[in-house]
Amino acid sequence: SAADTQAISDMVRRYIGEHALDKGRLPTVKSAAHMFRTVCYNNKDRLMAGIICAGWDPVKGGQVYSVPIGGTCVRQPFSIGGSGSTYIYGYVDSAFREGMNRDECVEFVRTSLSHAMARDGSSGGVIRMVIIDEDGTERKFVPG
Amino acid sequence: DQSVATYSPDGKVYQVEYALKAIENSGTTIGVRCKDGVVLGVEKLLTSKMLAPGSNRRVHSVDDHITVAVTGLLADGRVLVKRAADECRGYRQNFGEPIPPKVLAERMAGFFHAFTSYWAYRPYGATLTIGGYDAELGEHELYQAEPTGDVGRYFGIAVGKGTRSAKTEIEKYAFGEKTCSEALGYLAKIMHTVHDDVKDKPFELELSWVTAETGWRAATVPADARDAANAWAL
Repeated sequence: SAADTQAISDMVRRYIGEHALDKGRLPTVKSAAHMFRTVCYNNKDRLMAGIICAGWDPVKGGQVYSVPIGGTCVRQPFSIGGSGSTYIYGYVDSAFREGMNRDECVEFVRTSLSHAMARDGSSGGVIRMVIIDEDGTERKFVPG
Repeated sequence: DQSVATYSPDGKVYQVEYALKAIENSGTTIGVRCKDGVVLGVEKLLTSKMLAPGSNRRVHSVDDHITVAVTGLLADGRVLVKRAADECRGYRQNFGEPIPPKVLAERMAGFFHAFTSYWAYRPYGATLTIGGYDAELGEHELYQAEPTGDVGRYFGIAVGKGTRSAKTEIEKYAFGEKTCSEALGYLAKIMHTVHDDVKDKPFELELSWVTAETGWRAATVPADARDAANAWAL
């Protein structure tokens, strides 16, 4: 549920902030993802949250980690989630290529989401995108 | 001066200072940061001729990449080493990466400090000398955490009986420019110089390192390297 994901995000934001202060440098995406995993796994009987933790750090560059319901944590080249994701597994598996540049990735995300929004009754409205690289974050908004 | 929870009129906490005195009675520990790693050496005084060699260890690995030497009350040291190992394990579980030595040293300092704040507890009577490798930075580091709660990062450090003379000796040799293998002999030499043959029992030299040679894993220096160092020193 959205409420669970917000609550978990708040918790992880606090722990990762502390962690970054202790280390004296930027937290890694891996440690943030593992923090999500710790919270989700230890409270698996009370939470229902599927999370994708992705970003950039100077150690491994861009990374995507999936933390689905139950609290697994696995790194993947790309990840999809939510009710609409079931309709686009075929599409993303055929369309994704390693080493796409920034614009190709944005196109990939936008097309995938549009397909899901078209088919899934519970998906729709707008697309909110965040692009994260070593220079920072950029937010994109695509109206339905 | 009987309580940790009391200051003296001249602004000291005597119980903490007495804890440091307990450490001064223990065999010397020397830590040096070399070009390609960190080496810890311990003067393990043999309390009995019947002690099996290699027992009563004062140097422990608390994780794959961190080695810790205990100076002072060894029973206190055992508890501290267990705590350090728990911190390492918990960090790895929560964050998915090995604990940076800096974070471990600061956590242990915080742990030490907690025991200087309550009248019901006494400060730990042991100092931890910590040698480790930070994979993210690619740096090997040497830290020391004391019962006062002080912690510092060092090029070379000594604690225990022969602290004063050991520190002078360490400053003499430029350990930062030696490799760990080269440093072994000099470390053994300092230990033999500092050891008081007249007043003290014979000692066993315990050596441990985290170096590029061991793939940045904490390991005991192999027996033949240690014996060679001892032979060279004498």
